[in-house]
Amino acid sequence: MAFECQHLHKIYRTRNGPIPALEDVSFRVEDQEFLCIVGPSGCGKTTLLKLIAGLLEPTSGEITFDGQPADGRPRCALVFQEHGLFPWMTVLDNAAFGLEMRGVDRQERHDRAHAFIGRVGLGAFANCYPHELSVGMRQRVAIARAFVCDPHMLLMDEPFGSLDAQTRLVLQEELLRIWKEYRKQVVYVTHDIEEAILLGDRVLVMTGRPGGIREDIKIPLARPRDLRAGEQHDVAEIKWHIWEILKDEVRKSLYVTA
Amino acid sequence: MTAFLAVLVLAVWEWGSRTGRISTLFFPPPSATVRALRRLLSTGRLGENLGATLYRVFVGFGLGAAPGLVLGLVSGWSRQLRAVVDPFIAAAHPIPKVAILPLVMIILGIGESSKLAVVAIACFFPMLINAMAAVREIPPIYFEVAENYGADLRRVFSRVVAPATLPLAMSGVRLSLNTALVLTLAVELVAAQKGLGAMMWLAWETLRTADLYATLTVTAILGIGFNLIVQALERYLIPWHAD
Repeated sequence: MAFECQHLHKIYRTRNGPIPALEDVSFRVEDQEFLCIVGPSGCGKTTLLKLIAGLLEPTSGEITFDGQPADGRPRCALVFQEHGLFPWMTVLDNAAFGLEMRGVDRQERHDRAHAFIGRVGLGAFANCYPHELSVGMRQRVAIARAFVCDPHMLLMDEPFGSLDAQTRLVLQEELLRIWKEYRKQVVYVTHDIEEAILLGDRVLVMTGRPGGIREDIKIPLARPRDLRAGEQHDVAEIKWHIWEILKDEVRKSLYVTA
Repeated sequence: MTAFLAVLVLAVWEWGSRTGRISTLFFPPPSATVRALRRLLSTGRLGENLGATLYRVFVGFGLGAAPGLVLGLVSGWSRQLRAVVDPFIAAAHPIPKVAILPLVMIILGIGESSKLAVVAIACFFPMLINAMAAVREIPPIYFEVAENYGADLRRVFSRVVAPATLPLAMSGVRLSLNTALVLTLAVELVAAQKGLGAMMWLAWETLRTADLYATLTVTAILGIGFNLIVQALERYLIPWHAD
């Protein structure tokens, strides 16, 4: 199911007056497409994801799914940057949470969650609590939780943003591997240009606050990809191109805050 | 080291009061306290009074903490209710609860119910305040995750609100239980025939200092015991809390 954002505006009403977060954002994501969004920090990327997930309502504009209005929203699973796991649930219960909410009985949801935990290499940690795991392991659980409930669309908000560089590389490859197996529509927000190019079929580059779409770039890399894909010549060109755009936006946002 | 110091103090105390260097009226030797404790235990006086105190502590705690918990959870959740409840807390919480005993006795009479009421009122506030804070401090991300995965209100409560508030709610239990003990003793000191507080008062009136120390010892053990029980309960109920 393809979905389309049409002229989305989001304005937060705060005590200090309205703060525009998103301005006239329009784009379309095809079924099973992996879309990455990069932008300077504070550009409303998270807001955009929450709008797509239906956790927030746009101030104006609309999101349609195969042309239908948003009440027909297909199942989507959000993966947050950090702290998205429930500290009071074991790894297994966390991973099975989506199924539990859908009323899947205990035995079945544990079986399905267990299989996925094993797939992300955490089979031995099923009965641990999140505080007993490293941040990288927690993010794997969060990803398992999202995949286990078999959503139509995955919304990922810098899921590897708080990981060290090496762990991030490992998890990027892991994500690509799982995604190859279970093709989902993905909207992946990141501030890491290389990550966006490595993972995405397309990269949207956003402007600083209020966030808008500066450019929509197709990534001409074949699938399946691995980490070496980033070394190809035309990819380096794209990387610099995106950086040229972002550099501007980051400068602007620095001046605004300074 | 601590144990050694304690034994040393007790030994010096024993020696000092036996040799007349310390007044036995104020500081009877620890052995006299032990004898008094044995006597109170064997005559059944201690059991009877301890029972009366425990009854007041637990019934008062239950009557006060349970509604405190419920109201705290609900008003932590609802901004409108909080706006109503907050001023009442601000006004009523700082009043020392012993001070309302005379008023409560005028209303409820001098029987057991007025004592339970005062203990209950005192337990109500720490529980209410902790439960309220517990709900308000739940990070919004947990609600977002729950909503994203399609949790209904009932499940949001059972799978998010209840476990997320448990640690602070348990501190509320600990505070309330300690308050219950303090208030029960205070009420018994001034207005009861039975109970550890009443025993202490009688011991003072008859200048039986050893009895006083014996009762104090039991009270101290009670306080320590409550905290150990709550701690054990916390370890059992909140296994995800890393120490």
